[in-house]
Amino acid sequence: MEFAELIKTPRVDGVVLRRPFMPTVEGTLCLTGHHLILSSRQDNTEELWLLHANIDSTEKRFVGSLGTIIVKCKDLRVIQLDIPGMEECLNIASSIEALSTLDSVSLMYPFFYRPLFEVIEDGWQSFVPEESFKDLESMTDEWRLSEVNKDFSVCPSYPSLLTVPRDIDDESLCKAASFRHGGRFPVLSYYHKKNGMVIMRAAQPLTGTNGRRCKEDEKLINATLCAGKRGYIIDTRTIAVAQQAKARGGGFEQEANYPQWRRIHKAIERSNVLQDSLIKLVEACNDQSHSMDRWLSKLEASNWQSNVKEILTTACLAAQCIDREGASVLVHGTEGTDSTLQVTSLAQIILDPACRTIRGFEVLIEREWLQAGHPFQQRCAQSAYSNGKLRSEAPVFLLFLDCVWQILRQFPCSFQFNENLLIMLFEHAYASQFGTFLGNCVAERGKLQLSQKTVSLWSWVNRPQELERFLNPLYEPNNLVIWPSVAPQSLLLWEGVFLRWNRSTKCLDEAYQEMVHIIEYNKELQNKVNSLRRQLAQLETEDKMVADLK
Amino acid sequence: MEHHLIRRVEYVKLLNTYPEKKSALGTLYLTATHLIYVEQTNNNTRTETWVLHHHIMSVEKLPLTASGCPLLICCKTFQLLHLLFQRERDCQDVFQSLLRLSQPVKEEELYAFLYNPHQNEVDRRQGWEFISVANDFSRMGLSNEYWEISHLNKNYEICSTYPSILGLPKNASVAVVTGSAKFRSRGRLPVLSYYHKDTKAALCRCSQPLSGLTSRCVEDEQMLQAISQANSNCPFIYVVDTRPKLNAMANRAAGKGYENEDNYSNIRFQFQGIENIHVMRNSLQKLLEVCSMKSPSMSDYLTGLENSGWLRHIKSVMDAGVFLAKAVCDERASVLVHCSDGWDRTAQVCSLACILLDPYYRTIKGLMVLIEKEWISFGHKFSHRCGHLDTDPKEVSPVFTQFLECVWQLSEQLPCVFEFNERYLIEIHNQVYACQYGNFIGNCQKERLDVRLHEKTFSLWPYLLKNQHLYRNPLYRRSLESTVLRPSTLPLHFKFWCGMYNHYDRGMHPKQSVLDQLLSLTQKQVEGERTMTELQRQLAVADGVLPDPSGPINTPAEQDGPSEKTPTAPVVQSNGSCAPLINGDAEEAGPGAEKCNEKEGADPGATEHDLTSSEDKPVSVETEHSKEEEQESS
Repeated sequence: MEFAELIKTPRVDGVVLRRPFMPTVEGTLCLTGHHLILSSRQDNTEELWLLHANIDSTEKRFVGSLGTIIVKCKDLRVIQLDIPGMEECLNIASSIEALSTLDSVSLMYPFFYRPLFEVIEDGWQSFVPEESFKDLESMTDEWRLSEVNKDFSVCPSYPSLLTVPRDIDDESLCKAASFRHGGRFPVLSYYHKKNGMVIMRAAQPLTGTNGRRCKEDEKLINATLCAGKRGYIIDTRTIAVAQQAKARGGGFEQEANYPQWRRIHKAIERSNVLQDSLIKLVEACNDQSHSMDRWLSKLEASNWQSNVKEILTTACLAAQCIDREGASVLVHGTEGTDSTLQVTSLAQIILDPACRTIRGFEVLIEREWLQAGHPFQQRCAQSAYSNGKLRSEAPVFLLFLDCVWQILRQFPCSFQFNENLLIMLFEHAYASQFGTFLGNCVAERGKLQLSQKTVSLWSWVNRPQELERFLNPLYEPNNLVIWPSVAPQSLLLWEGVFLRWNRSTKCLDEAYQEMVHIIEYNKELQNKVNSLRRQLAQLETEDKMVADLK
Repeated sequence: MEHHLIRRVEYVKLLNTYPEKKSALGTLYLTATHLIYVEQTNNNTRTETWVLHHHIMSVEKLPLTASGCPLLICCKTFQLLHLLFQRERDCQDVFQSLLRLSQPVKEEELYAFLYNPHQNEVDRRQGWEFISVANDFSRMGLSNEYWEISHLNKNYEICSTYPSILGLPKNASVAVVTGSAKFRSRGRLPVLSYYHKDTKAALCRCSQPLSGLTSRCVEDEQMLQAISQANSNCPFIYVVDTRPKLNAMANRAAGKGYENEDNYSNIRFQFQGIENIHVMRNSLQKLLEVCSMKSPSMSDYLTGLENSGWLRHIKSVMDAGVFLAKAVCDERASVLVHCSDGWDRTAQVCSLACILLDPYYRTIKGLMVLIEKEWISFGHKFSHRCGHLDTDPKEVSPVFTQFLECVWQLSEQLPCVFEFNERYLIEIHNQVYACQYGNFIGNCQKERLDVRLHEKTFSLWPYLLKNQHLYRNPLYRRSLESTVLRPSTLPLHFKFWCGMYNHYDRGMHPKQSVLDQLLSLTQKQVEGERTMTELQRQLAVADGVLPDPSGPINTPAEQDGPSEKTPTAPVVQSNGSCAPLINGDAEEAGPGAEKCNEKEGADPGATEHDLTSSEDKPVSVETEHSKEEEQESS
């Protein structure tokens, strides 16, 4: 298919771009296969380059022959284009519509994007499971790397290499897989160096209404417990939801069959509910006409903050079991690809200082989200302005980032990265020139040949020039477990994402610059003092030598 | 004095706000002024909780439980203490004592009349003179062509709740002034609150007119006319009634009310809809219920926050303040503000407008001046509103707290425009209720004079100034070009002030404080600069560039000049933009000259001069050296 077929009018002059808190720009609108570009052809005004993939929905209006297209983006910004001429406007609108909803992944921009920078470190090769296993091996010999899923036949959404208990053979793994939703049998997610406790994750067991059991599954998870120790199974669903799942062949672990495990149910919402929550929240944030009461009531009704609180609470619970109780944990929900990953990844941020570095955070996202089979392409196909029929869209990853931001806000000196990194990840998960978040699992990415045909987000992020923007100037490495508060008063609306386009950031940017300045200046001062001290010491020794010679 | 009676109760439990956490066991002491709880911990460390009796808002005996007799103490600082006594008698005793201690009947029983911060009479007098409203009038440029400082109220005869000096339009005759006062509730006639030099527009305040349904008063009309004429930049003045229209109308039936636009020439009348003290008191009550909920869900909390109406009220005050500031600076129009008596909502709105309009009031000292001017001297009834004495509970209202919160909301949106940080606002709030210093005792200037407050108590402001390093905002940028603040007043830009209302729930606050981090860095910076100066001087000496200080020719004073100068140059060269930072450290709002006074022996201005000038013309050690030699040889 040629993009040209979809572009009826490639350029229109005299288009006016209106954005809140930014000056109006008049210029020429151009449509390319992947971008909507507005250029004023003046040096001092900013051009607009918008990926079609970033467009969530459009609306058009006409007043006389002046058409207006409201473009609502997945990164939550809303822009207005005033286009002279009814026909031009209609053409542009239908082109945008078509180009922003392309079905075929291979037509997406990452397959066409050529980087203008030299790739020094290829992000596709940056995170190899064998590497992290080496780390694990140096601490314990109780785990092994299994190739049972080499051809993705045991579990299509898992990667080809999985860390499992040493004593469980591949055959048992296959049997356990057949007992878990989507074949997602329990695998290692995190090993807590301090006491050797682990977090494992899986999908729900397929107990069904007649209480099926699977010896291999029981054996598999029991193999992770030390003698005489108990573990906790954290089911991210309420007991009622878990009960209902039985009717559809799912279910939860019966205590009788897993006597060494205590099951705890939490109440993280399912993905379709989360999407609804996001839509309501963003609608509330964008409606500037309402009163204080209406705002607070809409904020409450969106349930977004409740979701943040519930997810963080569950993650804290998992971390508590590990660090305070000294017990291992198995986490699952229904499919094990959404709430499960939120909990396991957040628990690691709480427990493991390595995850609070930029590199460690990238590893975490690679391992706990991309490799673990979070279906990014399905979940991020549409964002808060989706008005059509939703399929499986859900802001699962955005909620995870929001929770990380909450922890970052409470521990502003414990993270090597700043809020910008989280916002950037949100943007790229929904629309990107990089291939990292395409596809739904490792198998799909292999088929798409992403590593050959597209550039990895990490190749770009890890360039020193880019990294600078994401560094937290307040960072002081700290090896402690960090316990965030989950009291409602402690959890704020993430303004950096949700009010990003509804406020002027000038003052906040100035404050940030000032903070950076204070810190930099201090470092420089300390360096100066140190070098002066050295000079002085040197002079004194020289003097002494001269004196000695005399 | 019976209050000196000291009580001691052992084995008292202090229950934690988080039900899952363990409660502490310790000893309770009651002194004349404080309740002190000393926690006994296993490792021989003592944790002490001190609560000033004046801070106690209510003491409540809760129903007996199996584990003991609970006593709930709620403080005006939003601290909650949940004590558990083993014996009913102890509980009852403490309860009775606290009731008496926390609610003094006579003014002389207040802490301020006992408290002496180790100052002599001279310090005391200077402390009280430190903040002067008269000085602030001169700072605004009064008296001038249009406005004058009047002593008509010298003996508080025109208005007993106003200060003795008033800013009045020059062309208002004595007859107009006194006539207008008679037509205003409690004689609180229209007077100047703030004069905006750039636009010549004035912010004026008063109480409601006694207009009733039909009355009018020529002098009052002339008074407004005079205010209008004092500003040639705008043909009209705004008259802002900060009350909801309904409340104002209800007052008409009682012979009060609001200005009839037909009777006054060229006024634009406007209601602002801020609720009265009773609504605010109830709203805070509801807010505090939300704050003290045990493990609330997000939904409970947000619904509670909404139902309390608190943020709605904060927004209404902010909206009114922004309206005033815009009228003055954008429309160049003078504004007359009133509510009912003109000492609650009017004080909130006028002081907020002052902060929006004038960067001076955003400094540590400026805020003191503002509070002194708009609140203390204009007769905000601190004694009644804060319930210092055992008086009518219906007079209590968090009007001043709301003002502080508005300032905090501004500082959240505009992090670089205030010289002070959140702790300053919270400290002022605590001090208002503590009655440790005399500033907030009494309801108006006359009352304070009658009890000779300035002779018997000390002023808070010198104390705050002494500790100002704690209250600094490291991000403060004096040089911000926009002098008028334009905050957003969209509902979503108002936040719940956890640092104030959940101040004592430390677990809810961020575990690492950016403020502390930056404050310690700015402290380190001062030390670093000093060390560098010293090292560079030593280096110069060792290098033989500078003569040995122990040598016979030089006096120390002569060395200080260049040594102060030379070291600063390299910093500036490498980091040219550090000048504002160093400015930020200066004590006063003026140019950084004062800063140098802090440095011992430095020639005032020399350091500052070099910092700015050496950017393009670096001063090297060599050139300084040759100068020095010249001096020596001459």
